[in-house]
Amino acid sequence: MGLKEYTFTEKIDTRSGFGVGLAELGDKNPDVVALCADLTGSLKMNAFKDAHPKRFFQIGIAEANMMGIAAGMTIGGKIPFTGTFANFSTGRVYDQIRQSIAYSHKNVKICASHAGITLGEDGATHQILEDIGLMKMLPGMTVINTCDFEQTRKATHAIAALHGPVYLRFGRPKMPNFTANLPFEIGKGIVLQEGTDVTLVATGHLVWEALEAAKILHQQGISAEVINIHTIKPLDDALILQSVKKTGAVVSCEEHNFLGGLGESIARVLATRLPKPQEFVATQDTFGESGTPAQLMQKYGLNAAAIVQKAQAVIYRKT
Amino acid sequence: MASLETLQQLVPQVRRDILRMVHQVNSGHPGGSLGCTEFFVTLYNHIMEYSSHFDMDGKNEDVFFLSNGHISPVFYSTLARSGFFPIEELTTFRKLDSRLQGHPTTHEGLPGVRIASGSLGQGMSVAIGAAETKKLNEDTNLVYSLHGDGELQEGQNWEAIMYAGAKGIDNLISTIDYNKQQIDGSTDDVLPLGDLRSKLEAFGWVVIDIEKGNDIKSIITGLDAAKAASGKQKPVAILLHTVMGNGVDFMMYTHAWHGKAPNDEQLTSGLAQNEETLGDY
Repeated sequence: MGLKEYTFTEKIDTRSGFGVGLAELGDKNPDVVALCADLTGSLKMNAFKDAHPKRFFQIGIAEANMMGIAAGMTIGGKIPFTGTFANFSTGRVYDQIRQSIAYSHKNVKICASHAGITLGEDGATHQILEDIGLMKMLPGMTVINTCDFEQTRKATHAIAALHGPVYLRFGRPKMPNFTANLPFEIGKGIVLQEGTDVTLVATGHLVWEALEAAKILHQQGISAEVINIHTIKPLDDALILQSVKKTGAVVSCEEHNFLGGLGESIARVLATRLPKPQEFVATQDTFGESGTPAQLMQKYGLNAAAIVQKAQAVIYRKT
Repeated sequence: MASLETLQQLVPQVRRDILRMVHQVNSGHPGGSLGCTEFFVTLYNHIMEYSSHFDMDGKNEDVFFLSNGHISPVFYSTLARSGFFPIEELTTFRKLDSRLQGHPTTHEGLPGVRIASGSLGQGMSVAIGAAETKKLNEDTNLVYSLHGDGELQEGQNWEAIMYAGAKGIDNLISTIDYNKQQIDGSTDDVLPLGDLRSKLEAFGWVVIDIEKGNDIKSIITGLDAAKAASGKQKPVAILLHTVMGNGVDFMMYTHAWHGKAPNDEQLTSGLAQNEETLGDY
């Protein structure tokens, strides 16, 4: 079975996809408002701010207040998009999100950049690796982690059309932009490569690494199916089960702690429906550190080489 | 707009509701509820403009947010007796499958509630958000909120107070229940609040004291003054000087009844002090 070829013309950050998507949304939907806690440039919210100054709210360095204001703004029909780093979008304001947004079922879109370890040199204070777990545990919260510029742009549009709280996770490093021709539907995974020996389920920045891993495995005579799960909650159980039924083994790939992440969600589905061997490409219950994104992905086992190794290991466990 | 006589009839009846609700389930927060009874009755029956049909968006009507959600008994009784839901539903307070949860929530769809509260310090931010949306919608109605004084120890309030002052949120009237009590004792013993008026004014707020916070006429005068002060580029705060447990002699002037229900004998005594004016639920 041959591999599909994915090409890209440029590497660009996922946060820029959010910025472009938000500006487009602002033009077409007058109810969309944006709130930022002193990180307008980092979140690429300037285009929205310049085009719609009355609908842009600079909150200052006060994330708890921002989440509460966003919850209140829904009362009267606005669709607030909050923007700050993933750490300050989740852990810092967990109780505000829990009570004023999730429990109150407010139509707030929590948009979080600089997620994961690849924000790089700023180090562990800013490298949140627990945010997917925090957000997916909240009843009613939709959790999305996008893999490139185009997917982030499309997701930004899609979440505006979904009524209810959403956590949209993206990041800082420049990644291959390859999903322009792929559909985006909340809750629907995407089969990027078809294979028979192992299923690689990847989210966020590790999707490209999973495609690279599939190429290496192909050279080794291993046929890997690659699935992009952008919506971690609600999870596309059916697609994962269908694939693992065929391949009999799975490797989950994410820039997150193995506790609480996508991998655990997949393990829950398999444990209850189709017990099969699984390996986790994720951080191992550790904080990050300063370094370049590539150095960190190498050190913490979050790249194509790590995925290849785990794929070999999980295939060995099948027999 | 209800007459003074109607308001005066409502107050003891709401007090009876509060006492009976918390007694029935042997839990809940009577002290702060009783202290704010005159305020709630006046706000909902004399001050606020709202539609008889509850709509979450509250466009072109005044909206209210209770930040100190533990005083849900007075909120629920007032809402029921202002027509938001059947008065009989007060019997379900804090029971399984009820819309009247221990702390107010939108989760079960109780009319009149627009946000969950209970974890303290979040309501002012929410009220500011609703006020910002009213401005975007060119809706000239007002946003009211109520906060405990001890609640101001939560830092999020001061983020919100700074924002509202700096951004001139002048369609917001936030009332502080200034009873100077909290669970562990007086606010002065636990963590002194300092000069609240000066603090709020320093953040750019207009501050109005209602010295007699359990007197209906004083509340009307104060709220009317707050309304008159709105729309002038500054948020408005009311320091509502109340007595916790007001109207039930053994519950007054102490923090002891913050979150404690009366026993049978105490209920009888409390009810004897408050006439059944409009019929118990």
